Amino acid sequence: MTRTGSGSATPVRAPRDIAAPGTGGVGDSPLRPDGTLKVKGEFAYSSDLWIDGMLWGATLRSPHPRAKIVSIDVSAALAHPGVSAVLTHEDVPGRKHFGLDHTWDQPVLAAGEVRHQGEPIALVAADHPETARRAMEKIRIEYEVLEPLTDARRAAFDPAYPQVQPRGNLARHQPVRVGDVEAAKARAEVVVSGEYRVGIQDQAFLGPESGLAVPAEDGGVDLYVATQWMHNDLKQIAPCLGLPEEKIRMTLSGVGGAFGGREDLSMQIHAAMLALHTGRPVKIVYNRYESFFGHVHRHPAEMRYEYGATKDGRILYADVEILLDGGAYTSATMNVVGNAASLGVGPYVIPNIKIDAYGVYTNNPPCGAMRGFGAVQACFAYESMMDKLAEACGLDPVTVRQVNAASQGSELATGQVIWAPLPMAEMLRQARELPMPPPLDASDIRNLPGGASQTTHGEGVRRGVGYGVGLKNICFSEGYDDYSTARVRLEVIGGEAVALVHTAAAEVGQGLVTLEAQIARTELGVERVVIHPADNQVGDAGSSSASRQSYMTGGAVMTACQAVREGVFALAAARLDRPLDTLGDLSLVGGKVVSESAGVLAAIEDVLGDAVIEETREYHHEPTTGMDPVTGRGDSHTQLALCVHRAVVDVDVELGLVKVVELAAVQDVGKILNRLSLEGQIHGGTAQGLGLAVMEEIVVSDGKVRNPSFTDYLIPTILDMPPMRLEILENADPRAPYGLRGAGEPPTLSSTPAIVAAIRDATGLALTRVPVRPEHITGSS
Amino acid sequence: MPERVHEITLTVNGTVRRVAVPGRRLLSDCLRHDLGLTGTHVGCEHGVCGCCTVLLDGEPVRSCLTFAVTADGHEITTVEGLADGERMSPVQRAFAECHGLQCGFCTPGFLCTVTALLRENPAPTDEEVLEGISGNLCRCTGYQNIIKAVHRAAELTAEES
Ligand code: FES
Ligand code: FES
Repeated sequence: MTRTGSGSATPVRAPRDIAAPGTGGVGDSPLRPDGTLKVKGEFAYSSDLWIDGMLWGATLRSPHPRAKIVSIDVSAALAHPGVSAVLTHEDVPGRKHFGLDHTWDQPVLAAGEVRHQGEPIALVAADHPETARRAMEKIRIEYEVLEPLTDARRAAFDPAYPQVQPRGNLARHQPVRVGDVEAAKARAEVVVSGEYRVGIQDQAFLGPESGLAVPAEDGGVDLYVATQWMHNDLKQIAPCLGLPEEKIRMTLSGVGGAFGGREDLSMQIHAAMLALHTGRPVKIVYNRYESFFGHVHRHPAEMRYEYGATKDGRILYADVEILLDGGAYTSATMNVVGNAASLGVGPYVIPNIKIDAYGVYTNNPPCGAMRGFGAVQACFAYESMMDKLAEACGLDPVTVRQVNAASQGSELATGQVIWAPLPMAEMLRQARELPMPPPLDASDIRNLPGGASQTTHGEGVRRGVGYGVGLKNICFSEGYDDYSTARVRLEVIGGEAVALVHTAAAEVGQGLVTLEAQIARTELGVERVVIHPADNQVGDAGSSSASRQSYMTGGAVMTACQAVREGVFALAAARLDRPLDTLGDLSLVGGKVVSESAGVLAAIEDVLGDAVIEETREYHHEPTTGMDPVTGRGDSHTQLALCVHRAVVDVDVELGLVKVVELAAVQDVGKILNRLSLEGQIHGGTAQGLGLAVMEEIVVSDGKVRNPSFTDYLIPTILDMPPMRLEILENADPRAPYGLRGAGEPPTLSSTPAIVAAIRDATGLALTRVPVRPEHITGSS
Repeated sequence: MPERVHEITLTVNGTVRRVAVPGRRLLSDCLRHDLGLTGTHVGCEHGVCGCCTVLLDGEPVRSCLTFAVTADGHEITTVEGLADGERMSPVQRAFAECHGLQCGFCTPGFLCTVTALLRENPAPTDEEVLEGISGNLCRCTGYQNIIKAVHRAAELTAEES
């Protein structure tokens, strides 16, 4: 065991500096610097942390979605051999509640009442995970089980419906009002309407929640966790532990995927409580079953849409209601509702709009952030409506979208003017003109829907093609002061200039560490870059969500590097004994300080000598405004990003089986910073949209999850995911670093409606809910 | 009552290891906790995700569905044993080179599965690749670059043999 400054022990396999040697600046595709550790099995995931003498924590959760807790008796559990502590809400040292936003409505451990299945009630620490689990079974809880409140519609609109929690049942209602919908209704030549539903999707990251808490001699605690947003964790953890933030040192451990599911706290406070209570390091690792209860999911949605249009397909009005079920606690519901409202009709120009988006509390599973965040649900509905409108007007799906497409200079539903290029009509044209996959070869049964388990010769198989367009806001919206911080240090190590990049930004698999190194190389002209583990010894980086880290932390690293560069120039002038302003335009290229007029002045190493230049910078994006609570008006978004998908499917209409044959995507990313990483994001985002379209749903009845396992909650395998064709455009956003646009989420929006449209094309069915199941196709449900 | 433990001997990545385990200790837990080899990941513990795949006498098995005692006397290769000393195996290099991973949690399982696949079938077709690795889940990559990595690994292996 080694000792650190805080007087606590350091675990073996703790996160460490990652060397990013070699070349590859912005626009190149260098390999991931953490790739070698990952393929060697040496990367320290949060589940891999180990420290001698550590205890294992376990969490007792409610089996009931709604119940009063009459009594809790921990004595038998505490007496179990090997058990060091059993804690309940009474043992929470500070505030008893936490939460992602200002509502702070989630109990650290339930007191008096449980509001969703899986709500944590008690904690156990023991010398072995099995011991902890067995002891947990000895905790006796007497419940008074209540009828769960699971009707989101009643929660929204029925004042007589009992309250789920003291805040009332409506988390947020966000209207959007543009023009005069009633007047437009009188003028419409064509009216289409639909009711759409989106089931609960799970992030299903493969590395379950886990982490390690180590008590420190100063009375604080060191936390090694897998999170998306360290500083927001800290803001919630510290008051609950009753500790000042300085006494909690957080380090990001290896994250096994996130997708929004690690934006909320899971085991952080619990492990810290057990560690502080026992004075021993405590590790908590959820298993897959527990993981389904350990994080929030994508909000299920019920959506009612009515569009009126002219005969030639020009939309005159949209009348929209979006109802999102957030479950028992607020989590990210407020912002999810904001996205659903502001992006409720997507990238279409509609002169008269009435949108009402609601987020409600129920005793259903808690929902919050997941890739696409409120925009996914709306996108399924508005794209389904576009296809419906196309049919009603006798237009093809691409044309109807082009006729109504937004472009640079048009207004979103909120009145915000789209300031950057948005070549949607052109992107649709490109998607349509991509070569089609070959027709079905039914001679090989593996090509048929259902693959090797097909029982026919493909007599019932029909092919369909569909399109989907998705518009996603990038970075945090609605007036949030969104920023990131980077510290960059340049010094000579072993005769070579090395840039050390330190941020609190979470690498969750998306490739941020690769990008940070590329930016440092481009801005500083060096080859060797080292990425320091993310921790809270540097300022807030914001969350690895909203596709924002390339923009925000990329921007912070860029500006910190630029500040370091200025330091190098000043030092160069001093070493050359000449005033800086006589050196002409300077840059750092290929390890040299270069003057535009005089050429190479010196090697960076010679300029630096023993000097260390370190700069820390915050990067803020342009301020946004809130949405007006009555009209929804406001410049609420920082950046918008667009993706167009074309899906080709084969559907066995008799068996109800779907095979997605190909997915083509056209996405505008502003600037390609790293093609390899970027393509990976589009592939992965598309696959999650495919999952929502035809496979993935947390099935809930009476507030209980019926399929909390990978046996029953299905995510796409390699056989479900078809080959992809990508067209990537680079229309720069002039406000963003390097002109980039966030890229991770837009494909998750558009692939779902494209696939469902293709299934409709093949079957002629209406298909108004996702995921589409075989029984929806065969009509047997 | 203290649980009965069994002394077992495993040859893990070429090294003989003796370990005492209860009868129901999973091979995955034995590798990760008793032997400290945390490269083998546990994503579901019910045999679906494939993250925990290791090679038992060269054959891929799910270590979360295998009791450690049943591996007594056998050879086990984990991701930590795929490299030849400092030199990474062609499969490891191909996954790194083709960006066949993002978070990397699924990667050790894929690497073990693909190592066995290519030994059986050094030049698989696309269909054979799909079938060969359809038992491993990846949530990040959409699989496109994983397929490329498998073909690249086949190429590297052929070049180097
Ligand atoms: S952990 Fe063994 S298959 Fe998922
Ligand atoms: S790379 Fe994250 S699960 Fe495969």
